[in-house]
Amino acid sequence: MVRFILSKLLYLVPTFLGITIVAFSFVRILPGDPVLLMAGERGVTPERHAELSAQLGYDKPVVVQYFDFLGRLMHGDFGNSLVTKKPVLTEFMTLFPATVELGLCAIIIATLVGVPVGVLAAIKRGSWFDQISMTTALVGFSMPIFWWGLLLIIFFSGILGWTPVSGRISLLYYFPNVTGFMLIDSLLSGQKGAFASAVSHLILPSIVLATIPLAVIARQTRSAMLEVMGEDYVRTARAKGMPPRRVIGVHALRNAMIPVITTIGLQIGVLMAGAILTETIFSWPGIGKWMIDSISRRDYPVVQSGLLLIAALVMVVNLLVDLTYGLINPRIRNK
Amino acid sequence: MALLNIKNLTVKFATATGSFTAVDGIDVHVDRGEVLAIVGESGSGKSVSMLAVMGLLPDTATITADEMTYDGRDMLKMSKAEKRKLIGREITMIFQEPVASLNPSFTVGFQIEEVLRLNLGMSRHEAREKALDLFRSVGIPEPEDKIKAYPHQMSGGQCQRVMIAMAIASNPRLLIADEPTTALDVTIQKQILDLLMKLQEDYGMALILITHDMGVVAETADRVVVQYKGKKMEEADVLSLFEAPQNPYTRALLAALPEHATGDRLPTVSDFFHQEVAG
Amino acid sequence: MSDIAPTPVVRLSDAAIRRRMLAEFWFYFRQNRGAVAGLAVFILLVLIAVFAPLLAPHDPTMQYRDALLVPPAWQEGGRTTFLLGTDAVGRDMLSRLIYGAQYSLFIGVVVVAIALVGGVILGLLAGYFGGWVDTVIMRVMDVILAFPSLLLALVLVAVLGPGLTNAMIAIAIVYQPHFARLTRAAVMSEMKREYVTAARVAGAGNLRLMFRTVLPNCLAPLIVQATLSFSSAVLDSAALGFLGMGAQPPTPEWGTMLAEAREFILRAWWVVTFPGLAILISVLAINLMGDGLRDALDPKLKRS
Repeated sequence: MVRFILSKLLYLVPTFLGITIVAFSFVRILPGDPVLLMAGERGVTPERHAELSAQLGYDKPVVVQYFDFLGRLMHGDFGNSLVTKKPVLTEFMTLFPATVELGLCAIIIATLVGVPVGVLAAIKRGSWFDQISMTTALVGFSMPIFWWGLLLIIFFSGILGWTPVSGRISLLYYFPNVTGFMLIDSLLSGQKGAFASAVSHLILPSIVLATIPLAVIARQTRSAMLEVMGEDYVRTARAKGMPPRRVIGVHALRNAMIPVITTIGLQIGVLMAGAILTETIFSWPGIGKWMIDSISRRDYPVVQSGLLLIAALVMVVNLLVDLTYGLINPRIRNK
Repeated sequence: MALLNIKNLTVKFATATGSFTAVDGIDVHVDRGEVLAIVGESGSGKSVSMLAVMGLLPDTATITADEMTYDGRDMLKMSKAEKRKLIGREITMIFQEPVASLNPSFTVGFQIEEVLRLNLGMSRHEAREKALDLFRSVGIPEPEDKIKAYPHQMSGGQCQRVMIAMAIASNPRLLIADEPTTALDVTIQKQILDLLMKLQEDYGMALILITHDMGVVAETADRVVVQYKGKKMEEADVLSLFEAPQNPYTRALLAALPEHATGDRLPTVSDFFHQEVAG
Repeated sequence: MSDIAPTPVVRLSDAAIRRRMLAEFWFYFRQNRGAVAGLAVFILLVLIAVFAPLLAPHDPTMQYRDALLVPPAWQEGGRTTFLLGTDAVGRDMLSRLIYGAQYSLFIGVVVVAIALVGGVILGLLAGYFGGWVDTVIMRVMDVILAFPSLLLALVLVAVLGPGLTNAMIAIAIVYQPHFARLTRAAVMSEMKREYVTAARVAGAGNLRLMFRTVLPNCLAPLIVQATLSFSSAVLDSAALGFLGMGAQPPTPEWGTMLAEAREFILRAWWVVTFPGLAILISVLAINLMGDGLRDALDPKLKRS
């Protein structure tokens, strides 16, 4: 088990270095002068250009620049935003909780709905429930989520007026930012209606973001269950006279969950891509929207570092998924 | 009265290319304490017929029989709940691939104690004691350690012993063993067979032994049923079968044993068995 | 029961074998009604794209100044000349949707072609030669996979500049690792088989071994992945278009149409609903086909 963990960690290092290389090279492959791009200035005099060049370290050879870059990363220096002039890392940490809150809600919804549907579809294979649920899952999987979000806004916000169109909480409320999670902070603030407002703002974006993971999880659970139910040990459980509920719920499910949990974990990485679109539609102030805005505003320090941070995050999540797999799979956990 | 009595059992499977008849109108009966061997090559339907009795076939199977009674009770008319009181308690079964037949996510201790607690109503402490006891009876060394092991940590022979322990836990009256030694090492095969026979004698159970090995049949069975392509070819007590086989297929099977080889070419079944077989 | 005497073995020609495999494949595919429906819709889509100039009632870029945001023909205020209404600058929705099919199919084909060819070559090299070639190629693939797909595509487009071509290239690069990994896995398992050793002993060179011996047997999972990537490409390029990074206005690409429509969602539902519906139906059809393909190829895989 220890060897398993170590090998996974070791494997991360070259990938992480690769990510930093990509982020590092990003600005340098952009059309235009990297010095000016990173400084955000135009039409500078040669003296100013030399000044900026020295300041940003562009006068040194590329390899040295790269190691300087790495060194700065280790100290948490990801550069400053051209737009806000603040450190990129600070902005990231401010906006990050919003995306996490959205993502967590989405994955919880996706799991709580997807797994039972998948299990039921497998048990009742070929029934109308199976066909309808799997077709619905396929529709959800084929859905352009930016359009789906817009449709839901039209219906629930526009026509029914049940939910707000954008933001995390009604502008009426203001309270200090304790955890960054609106649900928790609104409860802590004690203001009447704040929590309800936070929830109503969270519902629609979470559902939209949850759609694709839900579809994938439902389908994966179904196929994992079907495969497990055909195994010899399930037959043994039946031969031992175990009641059907126990055969499915204990013997089969426990083994089917192993690949399903891996799927759920991997979907978290996929959520990042979906978050970009969801946050844009709902004006949700998270990392996804921040990246889009930065790209269109040509805030290159943010794009470069944001790319790096997000990729590193996904890598860590995938590592945790791998480790969890090692823990729940008894063949790896023991000997 | 026979313990298990089956008449005209037919099992059909619905497949992509039509209906496939795996078992075609066979009769089987077993008496109390008797050892019956069902012999045949792969595809003869010997496993399927017993799986049908146990109710372990998938939904694509259609099972029909004129009679299927256990201890005088009509199994065909039983409800699912009633049948579950029989299967796993009075009638138990062990299978060909012992490691695959055990759940990889639970310890073997959990899997045997499950039977003791749910089927026999034992407490956790009682179940643990009895499980260790059973492990000893089936010859598993160091049972206190092994009881916490996972199936993938044990050998095939040990897993089969666990399967046997689970099967005899409730003191069954009928144990069905579906090719219990085929997947095991030759050296272990004899040990497992001897264990089965000893337990059969100690517990006084009826034993249905499904095998393709005529040598095993000779050593263990009281009575033999020979099956081929879903049909029953012959049924006789073991001595009569070996000394004076009536059916040409049986004769072919016996002749194909390496021990019977004379001359420079091993006889095969097709040497003996060319004719159209009636009904 | 029939005679057990051996029947004479019939030798079939290569062409006959292929025809039989195709017939068997079609037998299994046909059983999946969803897959057949998907195929039908897909063929319809192709026809629409090919015959767009004949089918579209108007020019997709033509702006009718007197017909801004006209509702669909069946609603109050609608006109029969504009069956599905018009957008904010007076362009006919139906014609734009029809021409949009051209773009979507084109995008799907190009992206899959690039990703497939590139990924397969890399996977073949990695699986066949193994060693450090394998390690280097797979590490690069892992780095690409470490980034969320849309994010990486976005950044690539930012580097290359917004536009349809760059969007397609960006997406193709992001998809490549999937094909490379698949090919590599299939190649590595095939390499262990005896027929490869036999061919090598018979004197087959590396290139010939790779392409004519090993690759044809790895096709099944690649075909399934190709259909999945096709539908994903349509979705992702629409997403890029929606974010303003893909096809630029006035191109009638379905995602770009949605970007332009965003501010009118509460006023003019048809400008938002129809392009999205077109995307959904196309992607769904392809995914249904992909599901059917996977099921039909699977029993064959197990058989062979």
